[in-house]
Amino acid sequence: MALELKGITKQFPNVLANDDVSLSVEAGEIVALLGENGAGKTTLMNVLFGLYTPDEGEVLIDGDPLALGEPSAAIAAGVGMVHQHFMLVPVFTVAENVILGLEPLKGFDLIDRKAADQLVRDISDRYNLDVDPQSMVEDIPVGVQQRVEIIKVLVRDARYIIFDEPTAVLTPQEVEEFFRIIRGLKEDGKGVIFISHKLHEALEIADRIAVLRDGRTVGEADPRTATREQLAEMMVGRPVDLVVHKDEPRAGEVMLSVKDLVVLDDRGHRIVDGASFEVHSGEIVGVAGVQGNGQSELIDSITGIRPSISGSVQIAGEDVTEATPRDLHRMGCAHVPEDRQESGLILNFTVAENMVLTSYYDDPYSRAIQMDWDSVVGSAGRLVEEYDVRTSRVDVPVSDLSGGNQQKVIVAREFDRDLKLVIASQPTRGVDVGSIEHIHSRIVEERDKGVAVLVVSSELDEVMALSDRVLVMYKGKIVAEFDPKIATPKEIGLAMLGSGGGQ
Amino acid sequence: MTDVETTPKDPPTPPSEDKETGWKARITGVGEGMRRALLVPSLALLLALVVGAIIIMATDIDAWDRMNEAPLLAIGDMFEGVWRSYRALFRGAFGDVRAISETLFTATPLILAGLGVALGFRAGLFNIGARGQMFMGGLAALWVALHVDLPGVLLIPLAIVASIIGGGIWGGLTGYLRARTGAHEVITTIMFNLIAAQAILFALKTPVFQAEGQQQPQSEQIPEAARLGTLFGPSYRVNIGLIIALLAVAGIYWLLFKSTLGFEFRAAGFSPSASLYAGMNVAFLYTAVMFISGGLAGIAGAAMTLGLPPYVVFSNFAGNIGFDAISLALLGRSHPVGVLWAGLLFGALTAGGRVMQAAAGASVDLVIVMQALIVVFIAAPELVRKIFRLKRGDEEATMITQGWGA
Repeated sequence: MALELKGITKQFPNVLANDDVSLSVEAGEIVALLGENGAGKTTLMNVLFGLYTPDEGEVLIDGDPLALGEPSAAIAAGVGMVHQHFMLVPVFTVAENVILGLEPLKGFDLIDRKAADQLVRDISDRYNLDVDPQSMVEDIPVGVQQRVEIIKVLVRDARYIIFDEPTAVLTPQEVEEFFRIIRGLKEDGKGVIFISHKLHEALEIADRIAVLRDGRTVGEADPRTATREQLAEMMVGRPVDLVVHKDEPRAGEVMLSVKDLVVLDDRGHRIVDGASFEVHSGEIVGVAGVQGNGQSELIDSITGIRPSISGSVQIAGEDVTEATPRDLHRMGCAHVPEDRQESGLILNFTVAENMVLTSYYDDPYSRAIQMDWDSVVGSAGRLVEEYDVRTSRVDVPVSDLSGGNQQKVIVAREFDRDLKLVIASQPTRGVDVGSIEHIHSRIVEERDKGVAVLVVSSELDEVMALSDRVLVMYKGKIVAEFDPKIATPKEIGLAMLGSGGGQ
Repeated sequence: MTDVETTPKDPPTPPSEDKETGWKARITGVGEGMRRALLVPSLALLLALVVGAIIIMATDIDAWDRMNEAPLLAIGDMFEGVWRSYRALFRGAFGDVRAISETLFTATPLILAGLGVALGFRAGLFNIGARGQMFMGGLAALWVALHVDLPGVLLIPLAIVASIIGGGIWGGLTGYLRARTGAHEVITTIMFNLIAAQAILFALKTPVFQAEGQQQPQSEQIPEAARLGTLFGPSYRVNIGLIIALLAVAGIYWLLFKSTLGFEFRAAGFSPSASLYAGMNVAFLYTAVMFISGGLAGIAGAAMTLGLPPYVVFSNFAGNIGFDAISLALLGRSHPVGVLWAGLLFGALTAGGRVMQAAAGASVDLVIVMQALIVVFIAAPELVRKIFRLKRGDEEATMITQGWGA
């Protein structure tokens, strides 16, 4: 009883996306599929689900060959997938979402809601998912939405379930809960493929780890004996430093000072409710917190995107509470925004155009009202080289680049000048291991040059590794401060939940 | 035991293709590849001609009447009807100087208004208000023509500037409303069209514009100095409006792809949130785009008030141009040069269609059906690809991949 992909080869016009890739998962087994962005994980899954027809290779499900290139064949054969981006209708109930496409009918065209609710309840009970069939999807937390996706797959009698980067959207507590659930699935005899690039998660949950690099299977590892360093080296193809190396900070005078800042969210609630803190030049200050406690709005307000209703922000002693993003840019403030695809980049624009997105209006990229494209392209070429952005040319749309390389474009654009302050939100979210190393070292480099750095991340590991001081934000206020060299993740985690005082 | 197998395989050589590709390819939307840009539109035109032929045959009532007696002859007649119609269409569009003049004359306001809509598309705004902006621009030009006493060299530029301001304010208002209040431009421009149409009716009945002794909304004849000069002599209608349209094509091209403002327009079009992050003033951009877009439509209005013999303006002078402009922008892929070609194509079809109706008896409505079909085929490129069994471009293949996120 196994799902086997054998010798899959898929050639695209310019890329050999899969080169003789094999992967298998047995019933009652959890296999982690590790690989950087662009390693071929997506292509492999697209082949399995019939979106691509492979040039070579076959897929066997319990020994029977699967018809390739037919989108519904895999689902019919008992393979289900939980996508990273959920495919749920927010204004439908859980039960309605689950039965969408296979509605139990009674009488003429009436949907049998009772049967649907019962169906969801049965599965929820059986796997201990704790999902209420009648809640609206838009009202339940992300972690529960993911369980709705799992129920959808189970309702369709999947015996093999593939999770695509399932933990990317979850809080640490939700990840624990999620692992408990997939262990339950395993005990029930399901075969699970867990696609990720988070090494410690693969080590924790998998029975077997398969690593993909540049479209090829580079090897398998046994999670009981393999180390993170070994896995990272397999993924990237060279030894990778997983620790952020930095010397003692040499903190100088106060660079950023935020006092009693109050910011409203889109619904008019005081999402930032009197936050106060300081960042000195030459130090990295990390802000930890469960998502939704005002971190995003705090950053938006400091960077001039969202107005504040009271309080003040000062940079180098100058009041910038009312400053626009452009004022701040001119003062030497770099901003790596939280959502690179939504606001950090214009995906349809070329790499070169994105490289000047925040500086196009000035020398040397334009003269008066005319763009100087030669200068833009020249400078983009230099930055691509310097910041190790992997792209064949600077005139391709930035959407062609992997997440890590997209992020490097932003870092290159924002860091390539004399800075006073760096504000980085989720600087490595969805970024591959090799690029994380690169981005972290750039941030530390700026700190060592005497720049003040403010980092917000939902990954506690990252905040602790990178920061010289950790602030915890809870319900719109800075509630605690920790020294990451002394504090434990558990202490900080408690403060993130609103209890515990800090140091 | 760790079975970590780190086979040192050769790193794949990245495609280090550092050839100088010319500046065109560096900017989004400029170097879309001539062949690819023209392929689908040409095939769409071909399909529209085929469907048009079927319509001509299906509506050939005389031939259908004889279908029972002499089916072969009847079918022969049908094909002959198609041949005659299309020959007349072509002759009417390109056959002689007059045909070419008519094609260019018809294309002039289409190109101008189409450019306006295309510019809006580039900035992410759907300007359906070209009709109303033409009215306002045309009216402003008409006022200058009737009430300012200057020699033609000064009067015509002044009238054109007035048309830009008239159309620009009418468009800019909707842009401002969108930026400040979120009122969607699709709704406001449609409403502004209705307001403008009524305003024209009213204005042409006031003594400011109305011809003396007239009951109908009809203007005084425009003095000679204000008439757009003809290019091929007074008996051919094509006039300096065409030159203005060509200048506008070049100007909008520069604006979109060479100026900082165009960079901002395109940025706001693709991602308002990223533009905001980058420190652009999106509210200003929306207003500016709609002002320029409306200004272009305004010039199209001036072309219709100052360039159309017998130089008397009626309340329907904008015709259907404001809506055809939307089709043109789509057909031209919102690229200034694309809009130029699309405008010439529509101009040719319209000019040829008039001759076709006169010479071959095929209704001029056929041309409208064909224009509509061209746009439908353009809007549904997948359909054209299926019919001609074309392969997808590379970019479509990558679009599927993105959805998976891994």
